Amino acid sequence: MNTVPADIRPDRFAHKALRHWGERLIEGALFLAAFSAVAVTVAIVGVLFYESLSFFEHVPLRDFLTDTQWTIMFSDKHFGVAPLLAGTLTTTGVALLLAVPVGTVTAIYLSEFASHRVRETVKPALEMLAGIPTVVFGYFALLMVTPALQWFMPNLPGFNMLGPGLVIGIMIIPYVSSVAEDAMRAVPMHMREGSYAMGATRLQTALKVVMPAATSGVVAAYILGISRAVGETMVVAVAAGQQPNFTFDPRESGATITAFIVQVALGDLPHGSLEYQSIFAVGLVLVLLTLFFNVLGHLVRKRFREAY
Amino acid sequence: MAYDAQAVRRLVVRGKQWDKVFVIAGLLCLMVGVLTLALLLAGLIHDGAGRLNWEFFSNFPSRRAERAGILSAMVGSSLTMLVTALAAIPLGIAAGVYLEEYARRNWVTEIIEINVTNLAGVPSIVYGLLALSLFVYGMGFGQSILSAGLTLALLILPVIIVSTREAIRAIPGTIREGAYALGSTRWQTVRDHVVPYSTGGILTGVIIGLARAIGETAPIITIGALTFIAFLPPAPLGGEFPFISFEWLRSPFTVMPIQMFNWLSRPQAAFQENAAAAGVVLVVMTLLMNAAAIWLRARYRKRIKW
Amino acid sequence: MDISAGVIAAQTANAGMPPLKAQASELEFFYGDVQALKRVSMPVAANRVTALIGPSGCGKSTFLRCFNRMHDLYDGSRYSGQIVFQPDGIDILDRSVDPIEVRMRIGMVFQKPNPFPKSIFENVAYGLRVRGERSRRVMAEKVEMALRDASLWDEVSDRLDDMAFNLSGGQQQRLCIARALATEPELMLFDEPTSALDPIATANIEELIHRLKDKVTILIVTHNMQQAARVSDYTAFMYLGELVEFGDTNLIFTNPKSKRTEDYITGRYG
Repeated sequence: MNTVPADIRPDRFAHKALRHWGERLIEGALFLAAFSAVAVTVAIVGVLFYESLSFFEHVPLRDFLTDTQWTIMFSDKHFGVAPLLAGTLTTTGVALLLAVPVGTVTAIYLSEFASHRVRETVKPALEMLAGIPTVVFGYFALLMVTPALQWFMPNLPGFNMLGPGLVIGIMIIPYVSSVAEDAMRAVPMHMREGSYAMGATRLQTALKVVMPAATSGVVAAYILGISRAVGETMVVAVAAGQQPNFTFDPRESGATITAFIVQVALGDLPHGSLEYQSIFAVGLVLVLLTLFFNVLGHLVRKRFREAY
Repeated sequence: MAYDAQAVRRLVVRGKQWDKVFVIAGLLCLMVGVLTLALLLAGLIHDGAGRLNWEFFSNFPSRRAERAGILSAMVGSSLTMLVTALAAIPLGIAAGVYLEEYARRNWVTEIIEINVTNLAGVPSIVYGLLALSLFVYGMGFGQSILSAGLTLALLILPVIIVSTREAIRAIPGTIREGAYALGSTRWQTVRDHVVPYSTGGILTGVIIGLARAIGETAPIITIGALTFIAFLPPAPLGGEFPFISFEWLRSPFTVMPIQMFNWLSRPQAAFQENAAAAGVVLVVMTLLMNAAAIWLRARYRKRIKW
Repeated sequence: MDISAGVIAAQTANAGMPPLKAQASELEFFYGDVQALKRVSMPVAANRVTALIGPSGCGKSTFLRCFNRMHDLYDGSRYSGQIVFQPDGIDILDRSVDPIEVRMRIGMVFQKPNPFPKSIFENVAYGLRVRGERSRRVMAEKVEMALRDASLWDEVSDRLDDMAFNLSGGQQQRLCIARALATEPELMLFDEPTSALDPIATANIEELIHRLKDKVTILIVTHNMQQAARVSDYTAFMYLGELVEFGDTNLIFTNPKSKRTEDYITGRYG
């Protein structure tokens, strides 16, 4: 409510309209940039559904889900996604068998035991490990890990899911350990002090006080690892073979969803052909799988969220 | 209950032993990662060092392994990185600035933030599928450097957004208040203070993002980068008017990781050596970029003491 | 309520006060559900130093920050009331008044020195740039004048391009004062400006404030009563969001009218 009549109100306090609209314009442009994140998600979902719809017009959903053969590249076409799913789950399973224990122990060690110097030396090394291109890890799996495994297991075929699985496990150790470690270090010191004051050892405190307090973050670390492992492409494309195989035995060769997409993409991909559409259909399965784990992780974290 | 000193001492000793056992276990686990890094580098160098000569860098791929080189792959990678950087950096910084300086705490902001987190977890090959349908065919960009660059830009967008936000958050509120108290508008404060003071942190994120993009194979294969390219894309600068051409954006191409993948898929040992050599180049490049980012981050933290 | 310039002149003449720079009326402030200011009304005399004292949490900083619309930067609070600014007679709390305009005429110095990570020159010149000043010559002149007014020129004239962070705490605060002065504000708000400084730096700044009031009206929040007694012409004592007593500094400290004021001044609580 202005108290001086409008005609004698000095201009110095007048509303500078131009500046106002300039600011609004800039804010609008920046908002669009931020909204692009939403747009990308919508685009991904849209594209996957759109192309998959065409696929499912030719292939009944029932066959897709129940058939145990995936022979889309051959003349006798089967469209069961189960072999690809089995390949993905097997390699992910092997990866987790390695990454969960090693990553967790690493996290506990770095958070509760290691000196500042050790931490400062090791963490950059782990970050570098995480920065190595995945195709190089594929090389590692095919030409170094599998021959080493064959030394122990002479009947292991050149293409198998064990080698790549282990390598994926090693790849995701930095992710698991760094997120878990951050969660553990966020546990306030006074909680630990309460335990030490009762005569507990470092290990006892770590296992009985710190880890339960950091559950939410540790679970997040595992979920991150799972998502990474499920989505991994190049290691399996190089070292696991490209034959879809409905098995959960890592000593056999197999193809994951991601490896299949690569295989098809390497060949001729006539736009609109069944092969072209199939990669979107399995891509949809992949996204639903990672979404499932993310939601699961979110629910578990909510359940265990610790308020300090 | 009487204080049984013997029993207590036994308990303490046992507890300390378990502590020691765990320390050993911890060190062993650390060794897994470090050892892998060492073995990997050793293996690559052992297999590939023989191939690393000038010809390797200046030749095109060839059916004859000894004559194959990574020239087209390196050029392809560089040009793709250029497109990726030009697309992702402004978009990512703008988004980060909006979220930290302008966004109000409402449901729209929350949805944006959820999406940013989500996108960081999407498998990279899905970005390839998106690009295939949307960029290659939908928008007609074709199987080109433009499509590849845009795909990778979307891939690393969350990295840049997050590091921009973190860098901005490190700026104390009193600096902003000082600027506003002098009569600056929100945009002036962002332009003159917030962005310049967070450049170090943003740059760190950009380098990490680009380092990741250089090594990405799956999305680029999906959009159809060919694996045997024995020519270079048309040069951006030419001798005749109009001197700058954009033909290279639409040219077929290949990138370094795909070249390595291609060689790796051939059974002949000679090609495996090429693959190893390409691997050395890739690893050196990404390690250097990551190291530069880490160094930058440390130096930036020391320079501006809040 | 109709408060025109003429009415204010009459009121101040009645109260025996010099001409006013501003008059706050019935100011109420809420952080969420918590009421931080309860119907605060207070005059601010032109070219004088007015001090706000009171125990922590009494609302003095909240009240101060109303003057340059600082609260508009943050969500979650609301306020009502008026602050009529002279000689325009405009209520600067009115929604239709652009806060940027207000801040162009009212400067602020903060509790902890907050120089920008820029050079000394650029710090002082920033306010001028925001106002569209482009001439390097004009900026150099105004920067020198501001630094002189802030008693800092002699110490930094030879290193204007040095980073501001290299200055000592006291020097940084004087730099912040210079920065605010460069734009020739009509009212300067000081929010506990010496609480982070050592005694010598504090004395420097108090002396500076005393000199500055010829040029500019000053409103200062301080938790240090002796400082208020040394530096100000008028003092306002606040307690739990209310203005308990306002008056001539000498009178407040020697003969307070309210028992609460007396208790605070004699140190019975703080």
